Amino acid sequence: MATHETTGHTTTTGLDNRKVMMWAFIGSDCLFFASLVSTYLLYRGKSVVGPYPYEVFNIPYTSVSAFVLLMSSLTMVLALSAIQRGDHTRLRIWLLATSILGCVFLGGQYFEFTVFVHEGVTMQGNLFGSSFFTLTGFHGLHVTFGVVILMSFFVMSLRGRLSQEQSLNIELAGLYWHFVDIVWIVIFTVIYLIEAPNVIH
Amino acid sequence: MTTEHHDIEHPSSLKYVVIAIILSIVTALEVAVVYIEALSPVLLPLLGILSVGKFIVVVGYYMHLKFDNKLFTLLFATGLILAVYILTALMVLFRVFI
Repeated sequence: MATHETTGHTTTTGLDNRKVMMWAFIGSDCLFFASLVSTYLLYRGKSVVGPYPYEVFNIPYTSVSAFVLLMSSLTMVLALSAIQRGDHTRLRIWLLATSILGCVFLGGQYFEFTVFVHEGVTMQGNLFGSSFFTLTGFHGLHVTFGVVILMSFFVMSLRGRLSQEQSLNIELAGLYWHFVDIVWIVIFTVIYLIEAPNVIH
Repeated sequence: MTTEHHDIEHPSSLKYVVIAIILSIVTALEVAVVYIEALSPVLLPLLGILSVGKFIVVVGYYMHLKFDNKLFTLLFATGLILAVYILTALMVLFRVFI
């Protein structure tokens, strides 16, 4: 029973079916975010009433958020590296660091949303508000789910219920986390940076 | 029978840190170019190249697609290509040009 983590779950390809499932999920989630990004771009510049993106975007602030999420990808991959070496102390440190960076990102997003609402940007206000909050809100939900997963593994590790042989669990959580990061790479460029010249000049 | 992931050589921790430094520099470049008015005519392709570069590095090295079984690349690429195709088709259909 205890060996299923290392010996079971293989497919006829010799690959672990959980990892195949995770990559299939990531591929399908690409479509989900593509539909939300498409909606944002189709509605871009179509709002008939303000506030408009260039009135509310804060590029330096969002750049720091993007940097925080990027660094969380580093701590995540270091956590995986640690468990593969059997270094459980570093695994806990890096899992905790990744969770904290994820929480910092979410806190930043909450603050940004609060500022936007104070400026009059709401889900019902205009096309910009509804498409922006839907896209970035769903991304935030993905990050929240990732933080919950990582904290669960952190607690499991503290209780001694995460062995080196179960490193695939951390690898799968890592794949999900890095996917959330690459989605933000796209959102940061397509939503924020393309609008930046209108914000700055 | 052990699963394949145990046999794959991943980069060292130092290499991961170097990659993070490169990604940070590219992010700083992305932000810097939007402040340079002279680059306005080439801003879109420039941002596109920089963000696609970051995307490929994260997927290749942090998600280990560069070292992993090609079936994973196929699964990811299928979703990604469909996503890009749908996005492009909608942009063309509704005549939206950024």
